[in-house]
Formats: sequence, C-alpha cells, structure tokens
Amino acid sequence: MSSAELTAPASPTTAAPDQRTRFYELLPELIAADPRVVAVLAEIGVSYLDLDGLRDVDRVVNLGIREQLLVSTAGGLALAGLRPIAHTFAPFLVERPFEQVKLDLGHQGVGAVLVSAGGSHDWPGGGETHFGHRDVALLDTLDGWTVHVPGHADEMESLLRSAVAGDDRVYLRLDGTSNQAARRVDGTRMHVERRGRHGTVVAVGPLLDRVLAATEGLDVTVLYAPTVRPFDAATLRATLSAPDVVLVEPYLRDTSTAEVARALGDLRHRTLGLGVGQSELRRYGSREEHETAHGIDVAGLRHSVSGFLGL
Amino acid sequence: MRITRHGYSDLPRLLARMTGDEKHDVSATSTLDAIWVLYERVLRVGPDTVEDPDRDRFLLSKGHGPMAYYAVLAAMGFVEESVLDTFGRFDSVLGHHPDRTLVPGVEIGSGSLGHGLGLAVGTALGNRIAGRDARTVVLVGDAELDEGSNAEAIQYAGRAGLDRLMTVVVDNSSASQGWPGGIAARFAVEGWSTADVDGRDHDALHRAFTASTGGRPHAVVAHVESKES
Repeated sequence: MSSAELTAPASPTTAAPDQRTRFYELLPELIAADPRVVAVLAEIGVSYLDLDGLRDVDRVVNLGIREQLLVSTAGGLALAGLRPIAHTFAPFLVERPFEQVKLDLGHQGVGAVLVSAGGSHDWPGGGETHFGHRDVALLDTLDGWTVHVPGHADEMESLLRSAVAGDDRVYLRLDGTSNQAARRVDGTRMHVERRGRHGTVVAVGPLLDRVLAATEGLDVTVLYAPTVRPFDAATLRATLSAPDVVLVEPYLRDTSTAEVARALGDLRHRTLGLGVGQSELRRYGSREEHETAHGIDVAGLRHSVSGFLGL
Repeated sequence: MRITRHGYSDLPRLLARMTGDEKHDVSATSTLDAIWVLYERVLRVGPDTVEDPDRDRFLLSKGHGPMAYYAVLAAMGFVEESVLDTFGRFDSVLGHHPDRTLVPGVEIGSGSLGHGLGLAVGTALGNRIAGRDARTVVLVGDAELDEGSNAEAIQYAGRAGLDRLMTVVVDNSSASQGWPGGIAARFAVEGWSTADVDGRDHDALHRAFTASTGGRPHAVVAHVESKES
C-alpha cells in the first residue's frame, strides 16, 4: 500500500493538529539534540521525514519492510547504549513482531520507544490487515511497558520528549483523531474533567471530546487518561463517587477492565468496557462508520453509559 | 572468592560438572571449539571488561545446549567454576538457556531461535553510530537459519556494510531441509564475505575469524560432525 492514504485529513470535524505529522516534524530535532537517539523505521514514515541539514543522518535507519528486524535492531541498539525510537503502523509494530517485542526488549532487560501510527481505524478502507486495535491488550501480557495514548499532538510531543529522555520501555499510540484542546500531561496521572455522583467514565486519549459530549448533562465523573499503563488506580479511587465504572477505550474493548478490577478489588463494583469489538466486521468505509458500528460514537456512548448507570 | 582460569584441556571436566557425564553429545559440544577460539584468541573482552562499552560482543543466538558456552565462560573466569554444579536448578544463574541479566559477560538472553542475528545487527549498528570499533560476533546454528527473521538480518547487514559484524554458523547438519548450495552462499549473495572451515580446527577457525573482509560483514561456517553421527 501507499502510506499516503493515512495522511488524508484526520478528521474534518477538528482543527487539532495531526499527531503523526507532529511526530515526523519532531524526529529530526530529537535526533539532533541527543546523540543517543536513533530512529528505526521500516519504510513507513521515511518519505515524510525532512532530513535536510541533519548532520546525524546515520541515526535515521531505514531497515526496509522488515518488522521483525525493526524491533530486534531496536533491542541491539539499546544493548549498545543508544535510545531507539522504532516506528511503523500498530499491527506491524506490535502484532507481527510480538515475540521480538517480548524477547529482544523485555527479556533482554532493555528499553525502546515504540511509536505506532494508524490507531485502530485510521485507514478504514485498508480493512482488517491494517486495523490496530489489539496492540495495547497484547502489550498487557508483557512486563514493564508504559503505554501512552495521547489525545492531542501537543500531548504527544510532551510524552515523546520525556519517553526519549528515559531508558525504559514506552509505547506511544498515535491516532488520526485528536481532541480540540490539549491537556497538561505528566505521563502518569489521569485528569479529572468533571465530577458527578453516579459513577465514573474513563475516557482514553482521542475519545475524550466524544465522551464529554456523550455525558453532557449526566451527573457522572469523567476522567481523562492519556496514559493507560501503568493504570492510575489512585485517581480512580480518589474520585470514585459510586462503584460503577465505564471504560471508553479507542482500542479493543475491555483492554483495561482487569486494571479496574485490580484498582477496586476490595469493593463491590461494576465495570462496563466500551471500545472496538472483538469480532472482524469485514467492513471498509469511514472511521465514523466503524465507530458507530462499535458503539463508540456519541449516540452509542450516551446510550451505553446512561443504560449502565441507570441515568 | 578466587576465580581460576583454565585451559582447553579443562573443558571436558567443566562440561562434566553440568552434564554429569564424561561423554557429551554433539549438540552440547558442536559449538565448543568455535567459542573457545573466539574467547581465547579473538574477542577483546574479559571478566574485567564486561561493562566496557568498547568491549567486543559475543552473542550466543543458539541458546540450546549452552554447556559449552558456560564451560568456556568458567574457564575464562567470567563465572566461578563451582557455579557449573548448579546448572538448571531453580536458584541457579545458569539455565538450559542463558539469561544475560543473570550471568556476567553473557550479552543476550537466548533460547528462542532466530533472535540473535537481529540483535547483533542492532548492536553492530549502535557501536558504529557511537564511533566504537568493537566487533559484534553472533553464533547461530544451521537449523536456526530456518527462521525467517535471520533472512531479514542477513539482507540488511549486507546492504548496510556492517563490517564489524561476524556471524559464526555452527553447521552440524541439523536442518531438516538442508541448505542446497551451502550456507555460505546464502550470505555471499547478500554481500557478506564468507569462509567455510573445519569447526574443530582451532587454527583454521582463528584464520577465518580474523580474515580481512573488505568492509563487509563476515560469515564463518564452522562444519562439525553431524548431529546424527
């Protein structure tokens, strides 16, 4: 495929800057600023990078369409003391080379910054082969990953800069949609967007604006999670008005349900997981059509949230 | 704690501390001479330099049957000889596959085949970017080359001209479908310099390991007796 399909305007309804475009703009600067940083690519993204004037162009490595090698090379670079940023679409970064992610980073005890593009449905016409909604659930089977799901390009920039400065294993999941306004993110905490008496709705990353619209007028707490691993159990507990939690995630439904179960393990509670469904729809079309099909459009969210909470 | 360094003639005795048997099968010893010659004559790394960024790296990709590797590490003083007696126990640092986080001097944890060569490409690339002339040497088995991940690494290393990377293929003819035309040809066509040697001949191994490679990555195919023999 041509990755040009993914550069179409992310969403006609928002003027928020595109996360992926910002990522490509930032990479040359991050490389120039820190001699440890190496961008590891598998064709995708190469043509969008402006490398003119970059002295350290040897630190932009294009491995060709070799996604197992993409992650193994990141592991080897980390073993040599460098800080790799590995980038491609979510299914090729996490699903295809999953054992490399497990062994060549985790088992070796080294880190890398994995940055995916495409979210779950950035190229709906591409169908199931290019859908990436199983990534966070897969990483959940591994140890020691921080997972950021930024809801705005400014948040992505902040999270990326701090990830690159560290040594650990970080996954940044870039989505083609963004919220209108960025929040101040610190890479650990959820934000309290709204307080209410009849339960909590946790909105992850780019779904925040939609969750705020869907819960308009409902007496519920809305938390915003731009970072989902480690899961911020402390904020969830500290703001809990009623032991009913709705998770709204832009990837596989119920990915974080176990986190809520752990966070509230000593309380009788209920959890509703919303997100992308398990089964293959075998549909193309638009992102909006997929969101409606999975019940994570504004109307679907309002229906599920109010039904679950009895509001 | 005093760590004693031993010679090649001590290796059977060190192996026996792990296997409890003076006679060792081919899978346990197929790598023995290649690893010995590397540590004895080629690699610039020792027990005192396991954290030195300029050290040469030896990556054992073929993590199965690591007794020969452990015996050499003990002989060279990376681990205490008595540790060999704990091989495979719950609280041992020496597993049936090695773990880099447990054993001083072990560069990668391995066991699942087809990971070492890709890690070696990244390590060699990293050392080149960092301006170090350290060598990266990765040892794979002939059957391990079945894994497609190796094809990715062999192709890329050739194009990138990773001249400080060497792959040692210990060939004991264990690949079910074999390698028509020979293993070295698969590397050569991707731009590697290659050598075929008797994997039991220390001088031949030494010559192959130190051959001039003309700015290319280097593959040494070390032929040993068949796994079935």
